[in-house]
Order: sequence, then structure tokens, then C-alpha cells
Amino acid sequence: MKRITDILLGCIPFVLIFAAWQWLSVFGGFPQKLVPELGQIAQTFVRLVQEGTLWNAAVSTLYRLLLGFVLSGVVGVLIGIMMGRHKTVEDRLLPLISFLYPIPGIAYAPLFVLWFGLGDLPAILLIAFASTFAVIMNTWRGVRSVKPVWIKSAEVMGAKSTDIFWRIVLPGALPFILSGLRLGLASAWRILVAVEMLMSVKIGLGWMIFGSQTFLNTDVMLSTIVLIGLIGVVLEKQVFEQIERRTVVRWGMVRG
Amino acid sequence: MSKTNAFPWATWGRGLSGLVFALVLWEVFARSGFYSKALTPPLMTVALKLQDMLMDGAIFAHTGVTMLRVWLGLGISFVIAIPLGMLMGTSNTVQRMLSPLLSVLMPIPSLAWVPLFVLWFGIGNSSTILVVIYASLFTLTYNTWTGARAINQVWTKSAFVMGANSRQMLWHVVLPGTMPYVISGLRIAFGRAWIAVIGGELLASPDWGLGKLIFDAREFLETETMLAALVIIGLIGIAIEKLFLRRLEAATIERWGMVQGDRR
Repeated sequence: MKRITDILLGCIPFVLIFAAWQWLSVFGGFPQKLVPELGQIAQTFVRLVQEGTLWNAAVSTLYRLLLGFVLSGVVGVLIGIMMGRHKTVEDRLLPLISFLYPIPGIAYAPLFVLWFGLGDLPAILLIAFASTFAVIMNTWRGVRSVKPVWIKSAEVMGAKSTDIFWRIVLPGALPFILSGLRLGLASAWRILVAVEMLMSVKIGLGWMIFGSQTFLNTDVMLSTIVLIGLIGVVLEKQVFEQIERRTVVRWGMVRG
Repeated sequence: MSKTNAFPWATWGRGLSGLVFALVLWEVFARSGFYSKALTPPLMTVALKLQDMLMDGAIFAHTGVTMLRVWLGLGISFVIAIPLGMLMGTSNTVQRMLSPLLSVLMPIPSLAWVPLFVLWFGIGNSSTILVVIYASLFTLTYNTWTGARAINQVWTKSAFVMGANSRQMLWHVVLPGTMPYVISGLRIAFGRAWIAVIGGELLASPDWGLGKLIFDAREFLETETMLAALVIIGLIGIAIEKLFLRRLEAATIERWGMVQGDRR
């Protein structure tokens, strides 16, 4: 019973927004092209899904996200571990990274276009570059947070340094590394759509929104945004909560 | 670091050497002719450009417009998000009503809306400010809501027992108790708003703003202008983060000895 009231209550703002939208569209006196009716948007969404346009765009956007994210994950974790393990590396890199970290990745977009041209390559590189700092900072903090007592006791018990790294430092730093990866993926996702708009990639969700602007296809833009929202929810709920549940929560390092 | 209060010369020296090394690497690459100098300008060119922009004041106009957009947007978000989040945190019905909407709108990147805002409101201030609002509103609401829910029950109960009326409860218990979450929400919101304003200006700005400066520089292949603008953007970001937000956060959390907010 509580569930049903929950759902009903949750629907109220959506119903209000949809009603207001429909009213604006029909009686607001705005051009249909700019404020299309709900039915029109739904039809366009179904058509785009059936034609496979939306699907193809989503696949290529996710492909860019994945490549960029893997690149930033590998580079970020490596640099972060180096910084956490070696004081000299930390001292040398930290000022540089602290300066670059707060610059919004999207600000580099025109620069990357000049350096690497238009299309996939600069988009992926920029996504990787923009999201790597969160990974570096968190990995570094994670490695630093490993208790010296654990390392010392392992040393006393005769563990080799490779064992110490794989069995103590890495698992100990993992909660931080995972939250860094999560932040990195989120920041990559946040700018990816805009990067696609600025890099004129051939196909992609961001490009689909940007391309529709020229033809005033508001219905296509809104349909794409709906899909973007769905992907965002899935990324957050399915991908990362699953990974965390299977690793650090299971090992009892953080509460689920 | 040493236990005494001596200045950590060695750490600073190594930090400086890292920066110098990166700059030298850039300089060597720039002068190697591997890329055209127009694409990777030597440091001197960038420095001169920076000086030029500071001298003729154009950079101040661009920066001012960008700051205006970011703070206006954040201000509007703040005014909406705080009451909304408090309402959600204190009333179960409101929470059940609004949290699905919040979780649908929050994961959509604000920049995805830019072309749509441009169609509806034209390029310029209204579109860029709207993007900033979209980028910051939901995080701020979410954090305020979390904060209002996380208030220690002992405080509210003791205030109640001591005969506090609902207004006193709001102003003296609930609001101060939520503040640390609000402030850490503000930090996250600023980070997102900063991305949104630069991205918004790249996509939808008529003539002023740091993002627009970078965008225009591409047309004329003025890489040094882009790099100079990036330096400015970085410095402003650090200044706001270190001098304003972190101090605000530290002051409240340290003073009140409270937990930190959810870093979503």
C-alpha cells in the first residue's frame, strides 16, 4: 500500500509538468517546432528507436565514454599509485595536478580540436584527460590511507614487496580508487555530450542534439535528452553500485 | 614533513622543480617544430599575450561576464534549493513527491540542454545562466535534503522538550544543523556550475565570456589566447575553491564539529 502511494505521489510533479507543457504547446502561441505536443515527442521517440538512429548514436557515445574512461582509469590509477608510494613523485606532481584539476575539461575542447583535428580521437582524448584528475587524486589519497601498521606487520611476517603491494596496498586503497573511478566516470559523462557538440563527431547523442538545433527539431532533441537521462541512471545504479557491492562492500571495508 | 613549524623548503623545491620541468618540456616541444608554432606557442608568446590581455582590459570584461553568470545562476539555485531541500527533509509527503523528479533530472548533463535553451531563449545570458542553474540546482537540493534528514534526533527532541516552537526549531536547530551539508553542496555545485558556464559559453555565447574567448581564438588559430584563458580559468577556479569555499566549509565544520556532507 505504501508503495502505491509512493508511486502516485512521485507521479504528481511529472503530471503537472506534462500538463503545463501540453497547455503551453497548444494554447501558448509558440511555434509547434519549438514547443511540440507531448504526443509528437513520444511519436518521434518511438520512431527514432525503431529506425535505430537513437540506438546507433547511443552506442557510439558509450563507446567514446568507455574508451576515454578506460584510458583515464589506467593512467590515473598508475600515476596515483606512483604518487602515493613515492614521496618524490608526489612532491613533483602534486602542484601541477592541483593547478590542472579545477580547470573544466570542456575548456580544452577548442585546443584539442586544433591539436588533434575533429572527430573521435580528440573527443576520446579529452574525455580521458578531463576525468583522469579525479582518479589520480583519489588513488593517491587511497594509497596514502593504507595503515602503516598493516605494511609493517606484513614485512615482519616476511612478505615480499610485490606481495605487499598486491595484497595490502592495492586492496587497502581500493575503496578510494573505486570512488575516484566513479567520480571520473561521472565527470566524463557530464562533458561528453558537449564535447561531441564541439568536435563534430559523425554520430553520437550530443551531436544528435546539436544537429537537430539547425533544423529546429525540438522533438528529436527532447527524445535524445530522455535517453541521456536513462543512460545516466543506469550508469550510476547498475554499473557502479554493482562493482562496489561485489568488492569493497563484500570485503567489509565500507558499509553497503 | 618536519614536526617543527619550519617552512618545508624541500617539499616546495620539489614541487617547483616538477612545475619547471613541465614548462621546460613544453618549451622544448614548442620550439622543436614538431607542431607548428601557431599550434604550440612557446611560453614567452603565451606570457606576452596574457600581459596584453591584462593591459587592454579585455580579459577583465570576459572574466566579469563569466563570473556574473556563474554567481547569478548559483544564487538563483541557492534561493530555490534551500527551501526546497528543507521542505523535502522535514515533510515526508514532499520528499515522496519530489525525489523521483530529482533522480530523473539529476543525471542529465546540464550541457545537453544548451542547444535547446538556445532555441527557446536565444544565445547569451539567459541560456548560459539557465545552464548554470540546471547544473547546480539539483546537487544543492539533494545535499540540503540529506542534511535536513541527517539532523541529530537528540537535538530536535531536546529543543522540543525545552519548549521550542516550530519557528525557533527551524532557525536554531534545523537550519544550523543542515549548514555543513549545504556548504559542501555549494562546493560541488560551484564545480559543476563552473563547467557549465564555460561549456555554455563555448556553445551559446554571443560576444563575452571566457568560454567565448577560447572559442573565438580557435577561429583565428590563436593558441596563445586559448592557453592564456585556460591559465586565467584555472587561477579563478583555485582562488574561489581555496579562498572562499574551502574556508567557508572548514570554518563551519571545524567550529561546529560536524560530519561532512555526501560528496555526490
